[in-house]
Amino acid sequence: MSKGSSTAKAAYAKLQEAARQNWEKLREKPLILVGAATCGRAAGALQLMEEIRNEVQRLGLDVNLLEVGCMGHCYAEPVMVIYNEGFPPICYGYVSEGVGARIVRDFLVDGDPGIEFALAALEPNEMLPTFTDFPRGMHEKKIVMEHCGLIDPQNIEHYIATGGYASLVKALDMAPEEIINVIKSSGLRGRGGAGFPTGIKWETCYNAPGSEKFVICNADEGDPGAFMDRTILESNPHLVVEGLIIAARAVGAIKGYIYVRAEYPLAVQRIALALQQAREAGLLGQSILGTNFNIDIELFQGSGAFVCGEETALIASMEGKPGIPRHRPPFPAVSGLWSKPTVINNVKTLSYIPHIINKGADWFKSIGSEKSPGTAIFALAGKVVNTGLAEVPMGTTLRELIYEVGSGIANGKKFKAVQIGGPSGGCLPEEAMDTPIDFDSLTKAGAMMGSGGLVVLDEDDCMVEIARYFLDFTQKESCGKCTFCRLGTKHMLDILEIITKGKGRLEDIDLLVELATKIKEGSLCGLGKTAPNPVLSTIRYFREEYEAHINEGRCPSLMCKDLIAYYILPDKCERSCDACVGSCPVEAIYSNEDRIKVIDQEKCVKCDSCMVACPPQYKAVVKLSPPHLVAEREKGKE
Amino acid sequence: MEVTITIDGKQIKARKGTMLLWAALDNGIYIPHLCAAREETESPPASCRLCFVEVEGYPAPVTACTLPVAEGMVVNTSSERVNRLVAAGFELIMSNHRLDCKNCPANGNCELQRIAKARKLRLKPKNLPVLHRDLPVDDSAENIVYDPSKCVLCGRCIRACRNHGQSVVGFARRGFERVVTTCGDVPLGESGCDSCGECVKACPVGAMSLKKK
Ligand SMILES: Cc1cc2nc3c(=O)[nH]c(=O)nc-3n(C[C@H](O)[C@H](O)[C@H](O)COP(=O)(O)O)c2cc1C
Ligand code: FES
Repeated sequence: MSKGSSTAKAAYAKLQEAARQNWEKLREKPLILVGAATCGRAAGALQLMEEIRNEVQRLGLDVNLLEVGCMGHCYAEPVMVIYNEGFPPICYGYVSEGVGARIVRDFLVDGDPGIEFALAALEPNEMLPTFTDFPRGMHEKKIVMEHCGLIDPQNIEHYIATGGYASLVKALDMAPEEIINVIKSSGLRGRGGAGFPTGIKWETCYNAPGSEKFVICNADEGDPGAFMDRTILESNPHLVVEGLIIAARAVGAIKGYIYVRAEYPLAVQRIALALQQAREAGLLGQSILGTNFNIDIELFQGSGAFVCGEETALIASMEGKPGIPRHRPPFPAVSGLWSKPTVINNVKTLSYIPHIINKGADWFKSIGSEKSPGTAIFALAGKVVNTGLAEVPMGTTLRELIYEVGSGIANGKKFKAVQIGGPSGGCLPEEAMDTPIDFDSLTKAGAMMGSGGLVVLDEDDCMVEIARYFLDFTQKESCGKCTFCRLGTKHMLDILEIITKGKGRLEDIDLLVELATKIKEGSLCGLGKTAPNPVLSTIRYFREEYEAHINEGRCPSLMCKDLIAYYILPDKCERSCDACVGSCPVEAIYSNEDRIKVIDQEKCVKCDSCMVACPPQYKAVVKLSPPHLVAEREKGKE
Repeated sequence: MEVTITIDGKQIKARKGTMLLWAALDNGIYIPHLCAAREETESPPASCRLCFVEVEGYPAPVTACTLPVAEGMVVNTSSERVNRLVAAGFELIMSNHRLDCKNCPANGNCELQRIAKARKLRLKPKNLPVLHRDLPVDDSAENIVYDPSKCVLCGRCIRACRNHGQSVVGFARRGFERVVTTCGDVPLGESGCDSCGECVKACPVGAMSLKKK
């Protein structure tokens, strides 16, 4: 192997030399990066690219303009970075139409960096704070996301110039057992949800008899609201590819697959290009870097059922069968694709591999908490100020994540709960905010790490409705194979619907808990085993909201349509303003003899239009729950 | 190779690797089951979730149809925990089964009745409402009547049909809508079904029955 390894080192040195030269050349001119992952594109990144291209041409400037992935500051998109000689690299946010051209003009022609548009500088300097000077940056610790948004995902040279594929070279010089031992002692746990120790999974597969083995990257990412895997694949696909090649080397696989959902067209495109470039560079395919190690990776597009992210269902769907889970054991590591030993790992899990091989197990263990080393990557969503992706060390508390990284609750509202772990996660209240984020603490608190979806809920969110919403998702996504999941979740959903309509009975709460417990215990796969979590956790922490719906027909958050009524406060109504009348689609609002507007409750469809239409200086439209309060108020008036 | 295991205090011998469910049944120990089939040793469907037992050394109840016996295994087929889990699973199945024993061709020869008797369970669900699905009876085949509202989705008819060399019926749709049906949902009579009756023999309940002559 040593002869092979010196060949590999020489071959890699050549690649890296060329890559570095081109990378450095980029900086010879001003360099402009536009964050154009799917999130950036949704905010207008491609138009921004176009605008800048036109402006640069108009001004006759000589610059390098590149489309990159996402740094995680999705809340501020479109985002752009400018490297200009004599200045620190500056990251700009909220670059709306016209602003991009203006910054380029002011900065590159007049030398005015336009700091009013800057989010932060990327390197320490005298002029501007850097991201690490803000609370968010203080908590963030980027491993997987280190280069996301800063390199061109469509150019393998950028990855190589920043140290990419060096870990593969190192791994080619290591025996499979050695690689497995490093991963084992790093304590890395799978980021696909369950937190299974990656090294042990690899070892099991390595030890399984058979010469045909496979490695699969699970990029199905079916959780609504989660987009970490998509962002990584769109921003730095080679990191995942390198991780998968090392996994293949460690377990002795003959073929690798990246299973990505077809609803991620940009990720699909980026992976396909990355694989092609890696092959051309001799990093993938036959005799990698001149050694006798061969592995090819194929892209497989899944058609998007949530349950296809479950590993046995995923494998079934790759074999052309319906995507339905099967009983484990045997685990895929022993009998997976085509009944051959198969390692299946999440995108994020594989993204840590090159870093761990490069910097060692001890380095990885020094980050995060003892039982959950490393970082956690979250997609912050919901009522938090700074939505987007954040990578923080495990052990960071929920409070730090929401209030410091996420900058707290939007619109001055009051925090109510955080839904963590995707549709099968749980809702944790204020009291649980000091829970450290790691696999075991979150499970103990009644939620789970899941894949990293995190939805912040405020006082306007009804916890019964939230539970119903998530259960509606899992119930619809249940494959229907096993009794508990197919029928149990259906019964639970029916009960929740009845409660949100105010027709529940107090015993229904106990029945929900009973059903939930049995579904968790009796279901065949992880979907059923976790689907009841949102219901159980909301009952555990917000039982009084269930009771208000049942006992008083009242939705405390004024969210459940059947339990609220719209009412116009007579002393707040301006009388001569007809905004609400005009906004009502069903002509339910009329003027009484004093020209005060009144809602005809019979006609009202509770569409919210009048509440939106009523000018903010009056705020005369309110929601009341239970609905009969309207009649009481109207009587009181008489 | 033979192994010795203990089920409910009784020592029995079984061939190593046999699934616990069959070892128990072969020795006269009943464990509720709907979906398992002897010939399907590779990957049992394990979908009915009624064959739970408690095995020493396992933290939670396990399905007997998926557990190969091993020397010294100690099994309890009706611990408190197992009984409650099986009762819950059974009630769920019964909440989605059109209960009409008196007029059902399987009356007296029905696995659901047998389970209810063995485990002292009610056929009619106590806590759960009945979930109706409006699925019409299909009596278009020459000799067979298929009543999907009685079907427990065990999949035995599908295997029987396949073993007979046909593949007229299969599973379709997802979640609560899951159903045994023909390709394209055509009536059995137009599906190529030759009325061999294997599905009727396989059906543990009264969903597939022979036409009364
Ligand atoms: C219903 C369901 C959906 C899942 N979806 C995903 C997914 O989208 N991505 C993923 O990586 N793992 C998903 N998993 C977990 C996988 O089954 C598997 O545990 C994971 O891919 C293993 O990788 P890891 O060890 O790197 O975490 C899902 C599990 C269940 C039960
Ligand atoms: S017989 Fe074991 S799950 Fe159906």
